[in-house]
Amino acid sequence: MADVTNGDAFVAFERVQKSYDGETLVVKDLNLSLPKGEFLTMLGPSGSGKTTCLMMLAGFETATHGEIKLDGKPINNIPPHKRGIGMVFQNYALFPHMTVAENLSFPLEVRRMGKSDREEKVKRALEMVQMGEFGGRRPAQLSGGQQQRIALARALVFEPELVLMDEPLGALDKQLREHMQFEITNIAHNLGITTVYVTHDQTEALTMSDRVAVFDDGRIQQLAPPDELYESPQNSFVAQFIGENNTLEGTIQEIKGNTCTVKLDDGSIIDAKPVNVVKPGDRTLISIRPERVEMNKERLSPDAHTLRAEVVEFIYMGDIFRTRLRVAGTEDFVIKTRNAPDQRRLKKGEQIEIGWLPDDARALDA
Amino acid sequence: MTDNTAGPDHITGPTPDNALRDADRAAAGGPMLAADGTPLKKSLARALRRQKLRALGLIAPLLIFVLITFVIPIGDMLLRSIKNDIVADTLPRTVQSLSDWDAEAQDLPGEDVWTDFYIDMWFAAERKEHTRLGTRLNYELTGVSSLFRKTGRRVDRFDTDIYTDQFIALDPGWEEPQTWAAMLGDGPASDVLPLTAGAWEDWKAFNVEEGDKVLEEDVPDLMYTALYHELSQGADVSGLSDRLAAAGEAVGGFETVSLREQFADADEDWLDPEVWQIIQLYSPRVTPGYFANAADMQVTPDGVEARPENQRIYGMLFQRTLFMSLMITGSCILLGYPVAWLLANLPMRTANLLMILVLLPFWTSLLVRTSAWKVMLQQQGVINDVLVWLGLVADDARLTMINNQFGTIVAMTHILLPFMILPMYSVMQTIPPSYLRAAKSLGATNWTAFWRVYFPQSVPGIGAGSILVFILAIGYYITPEIVGGNTGTFISNRIAYHISSSLNWGLAAALGSILLVVVLVLYWAYDKIVGIDNVKLG
Ligand SMILES: Nc1ncnc2c1ncn2[C@@H]1O[C@H](COP(=O)(O)OP(=O)(O)OP(=O)(O)O)[C@@H](O)[C@H]1O
Ligand SMILES: [Mg+2]
Repeated sequence: MADVTNGDAFVAFERVQKSYDGETLVVKDLNLSLPKGEFLTMLGPSGSGKTTCLMMLAGFETATHGEIKLDGKPINNIPPHKRGIGMVFQNYALFPHMTVAENLSFPLEVRRMGKSDREEKVKRALEMVQMGEFGGRRPAQLSGGQQQRIALARALVFEPELVLMDEPLGALDKQLREHMQFEITNIAHNLGITTVYVTHDQTEALTMSDRVAVFDDGRIQQLAPPDELYESPQNSFVAQFIGENNTLEGTIQEIKGNTCTVKLDDGSIIDAKPVNVVKPGDRTLISIRPERVEMNKERLSPDAHTLRAEVVEFIYMGDIFRTRLRVAGTEDFVIKTRNAPDQRRLKKGEQIEIGWLPDDARALDA
Repeated sequence: MTDNTAGPDHITGPTPDNALRDADRAAAGGPMLAADGTPLKKSLARALRRQKLRALGLIAPLLIFVLITFVIPIGDMLLRSIKNDIVADTLPRTVQSLSDWDAEAQDLPGEDVWTDFYIDMWFAAERKEHTRLGTRLNYELTGVSSLFRKTGRRVDRFDTDIYTDQFIALDPGWEEPQTWAAMLGDGPASDVLPLTAGAWEDWKAFNVEEGDKVLEEDVPDLMYTALYHELSQGADVSGLSDRLAAAGEAVGGFETVSLREQFADADEDWLDPEVWQIIQLYSPRVTPGYFANAADMQVTPDGVEARPENQRIYGMLFQRTLFMSLMITGSCILLGYPVAWLLANLPMRTANLLMILVLLPFWTSLLVRTSAWKVMLQQQGVINDVLVWLGLVADDARLTMINNQFGTIVAMTHILLPFMILPMYSVMQTIPPSYLRAAKSLGATNWTAFWRVYFPQSVPGIGAGSILVFILAIGYYITPEIVGGNTGTFISNRIAYHISSSLNWGLAAALGSILLVVVLVLYWAYDKIVGIDNVKLG
């Protein structure tokens, strides 16, 4: 699934497995490689093994099987403090008994750097996160967002080539989180560091990353750039996990090159694009993004299949309209339309006809 | 300049800014009012008062319990360290007349004092209070106890009856209690003869105590002695009754007896000015004597001075107590820290099991544990046997590990260890493992991560445990008593000795007060150095 190790990968997981209790595998078969400078996000539901992967990379857990390589060298036997990997923890883990400046100078001290160099670097790191005046404060005297910046500065101050972040924005409110997302990506790109970022917030993953690895059940379900992940999910887990998604269940009737026809469970026929279905008769889940559903028949090809739908609910959301429909037996079919001057506002109980381009309906595994 | 009032800040209409300003002005002008129109401050105070009363009601039972069973008795106990009523209560007259006596002169006090002392002693002996007084003064001068006991047996057989006989011979009316009662009731006579009148009052009071009627009892010799003394000193009784006037004239020719000789007959130590010095020194109702004693000093007529070298023990005992308590606290830290760390880092189930092991000592009697250490450590004990068997120690050179400081430190470390482990554990439990991980990811070795990051955060636990253990240790009694021998006992053993054996409660109280002050001072110093807010029990 993921690209197999290539020569110039900076970080590489090769067939890594991990079990805590000797009975269940938390990480099942992890293959992952990322080049220098990439911002990779691990995204997945709770308990899917993201933190475990990060901890194995940082050296706090050992892989039960397989190899982890950093810059081409296996690091299984290198203790954490020699790996030179910067890390930002979910609760920040700022040392409460040290001031902000002392926290930042800690990694430099243990590297036996001279005092003046240390001060210089601490100052620059604080300025980088715009916290220049806060050097003398204790972590407890900072707000959550400020602590977050300090944690980031501390992970970067000793200039690691690889930085790991485990849900660093989990404790912040929405607005601050969006701001910090922007800042973190900015800093990471400016410094050219390789970043592995863990989150279970999909918006965060989509907006920040070069590539996203979607985790579930100890495996990477899909590894792709954000747009590809959103637009061409490889399986139904990814389709449902990323963004809003309508699903329709049915059976493949016919596969013809890039399109197939599917018979839904209520008997209606639709067009779709076969993604991981192989032969007619297979059960399939059709995934359609709400904003790709078309109500205007003129924009569809004349021979396209359409479905009858009844408006269940119309929600005005400002920039968009969100309309819930009863389609082919489900009541959870959602369409989103832009709030444009020519856009009609549907009424509850109204009967309409909907359709889509065959490419926008992806026939995935059931 | 243009007209200021026309600026954009001075629109008079209802803008939000103006509304805020109005609100400010209202607040500054009069008090804020609550919804029902009472001033806000007042209704807040009322609400708070109700809350406080309820809180007080909740703690009231405990408060009363603590007051009655703890604060009052201990306060009383501590007061004993300076209280010294017994001399002034038992020898009221002597104390007064002795106050002018010059102790420096090395002379014995005059006849006034002897008469007062005779009267005081007579009553004290009748009431059996002289032995207690003797015991009290014996703390200050050995031998006084037996002096008082001996004299108390003799004082009602003194030869003062010659005064009695001579007064009665002069006028048989003197034999009648009624005569005395009439004379000293309350008339001019009691003003002229204060000593006699006072003695009569005491005699009446004594009879009431005994349940006797004063008018049916024989007038005691001391009354005649007192009367003789005052008349012979020239009390002016001319204008009073004839009988008294006659006696006043006759006393010049009376045969006399020297009270000083009588006392000297009873015990010749009464001729030693030092005895009188001690009585004078300890006649005030408040004395620094116990504290001086507890600090290895003594009160002399010249002030407070150090005791002779060979009588100093308390300073050494205090030092030893402090030193050993510190040693015990130190070894508890060393032994407890790794255990607490392990407890805090093990999975819950294993940690609970270990915790039971830590708490196990609490379930066995203190005496049993201490005695077990005796079995372990004595010369024919388990440890020595094993060492001899291993050939590490020769059979004739078995180690002495009990009845000395070593034994006390070992046994007390064992007993107090849980008090160190528990606070440390509860503090360490709150230190998330991510701190250590963060430190390591920042490049710190295991040791640096521990020392620079984990340890400082566990210090509050060490502080709490240390204070607990140290304060428990410094006042510990049972264990040093059993395994301490001569060199391993604490100041508290001495306090217990004074409370239950020597019955010198004042000294015990003074030692206890000093101990309390030492602990408070150490606590204060700890606060200055480490900071008391750095102490956390969980
Ligand atoms: N120290 C451990 N001992 C035993 N099991 C563990 C341990 N740490 C994690 N697990 C288990 O491993 C699985 C994966 O955990 P992990 O922490 O990697 O999940 P995650 O993807 O980071 O989830 P979240 O989004 O909630 O942080 C979980 O089922 C968890 O119960
Ligand atoms: Mg996690």
